[in-house]
Amino acid sequence: MINKEVQNITAAVSYIDDGAVILSGGFGDAGAPISLLEALTKTDVKNLTIVSNNAGEGNYGLAALMKSGKVAKIICSYPISAGSIIFQNLYNNNKILLDVVPQGTLSERMRAAGAGIGAFFTPTSAGTKLGEGKETRIIEGIEHVLEYPLKGDIALILAKKADRLGNIIYDKSARNFSPIMAMAATTTIVQVEELVEVGEMDPELIITPGIFIDYIFVHNK
Amino acid sequence: MATTPKIVGLNRKQVAWRIAQEIPEGSYVNLGIGSPEMVANYIPDDREIFFHSENGILGMGPAPEPGQEDGNLINAGKKPVTLLPGGSYFNHTDSFAMIRGGHIDICVLGAYQVAENGDLANWATLDTTKPPGVGGAMDLAIGAKKIYIMMDHLTKDGHPKLMRNCTYPHTGQGVVKTIFTDLAVIDVINKKFIVRELARGLSLEDLQSKTDAPLSLVNNWLTISPPELN
Repeated sequence: MINKEVQNITAAVSYIDDGAVILSGGFGDAGAPISLLEALTKTDVKNLTIVSNNAGEGNYGLAALMKSGKVAKIICSYPISAGSIIFQNLYNNNKILLDVVPQGTLSERMRAAGAGIGAFFTPTSAGTKLGEGKETRIIEGIEHVLEYPLKGDIALILAKKADRLGNIIYDKSARNFSPIMAMAATTTIVQVEELVEVGEMDPELIITPGIFIDYIFVHNK
Repeated sequence: MATTPKIVGLNRKQVAWRIAQEIPEGSYVNLGIGSPEMVANYIPDDREIFFHSENGILGMGPAPEPGQEDGNLINAGKKPVTLLPGGSYFNHTDSFAMIRGGHIDICVLGAYQVAENGDLANWATLDTTKPPGVGGAMDLAIGAKKIYIMMDHLTKDGHPKLMRNCTYPHTGQGVVKTIFTDLAVIDVINKKFIVRELARGLSLEDLQSKTDAPLSLVNNWLTISPPELN
């Protein structure tokens, strides 16, 4: 019988190795797998690359992980939210590398990784600093830049409900990047509020099918 | 003795009102973070408009009543919002497919500078000591069918923001359709700024003195007549 549930959070993050590229879900706090990130903070892995829309807020979750010195590089679209003090301090002291990617390109690069697409042309960033040095092509009169897939070793995501097979539904705008990241990583670990019986979720409404999920950690609030 | 009429510039709410009048029934609209969010407050009651939020919402409604906030229902500025009947949630790739794929009719953005050829600079300043951050600005700039800019006509220091060429880093090239400022409504047509509305008491010469690039005035130009909004 397939059962992807792990019994404790230490086990959940034990699949993460030094140097891993981690896709971390969420848009701001909505959808951020705070408990998984904080469990990772307590391990002794190092030299991580984080891919996330933002660079953490306050002193918790992703920000706490960065403060612990485990993050060598962050790939994100918007690291300069008002609350991203820890990131900004690390950046100003040259303690972290930053790669800024336009938000839609960030998402599409992960989709490409998850969908087996070798690369794609997008008009986003053509003629800007973020498009500099990239291969370009004029398609139907519009300049496009070539973008490559962004694959993760690990995805850490948050969802509302899962069954033991890893079928998942999310909550409102907390869905954001998570379904894409679940596809784009070799191993996907989901933090959920509730585990339900197989068959309980309407199959018409399941957002991420279990094929994309490897481990489930149930975090009761 | 003739008196010079007093120039009455629009306040921020009145600029938001003016933009709202420009949004037709049935439009799918994305409002940028900050002042553009105010546009939603002034949509005429008889128009059904769908607001898109880049983080995966169509049919976004106003802020909830105090105490009703839900951390999982936020806008692109990460502030609590609501979902209207008929609204939906979707993932980020679908959200940006709506943007890049030309499904968003109008996007209202702020700007540091706009050039007469429609180039937009709104994501980075010349200060390289701070980390950069672009968010969804570049996708929105090239993707929405019409880009409307909501901004002050001059910088806080009194420098023009409507330029021959942007001196700030580009967000997108040739993307801006119309600029709504506290002083005028200006279309970008064939790589030129064409003024179609002026604030009360303002002459084209006045406006030109506050603008880096040359301006032309359409023959049937109008005076902007916003309601009192304080």
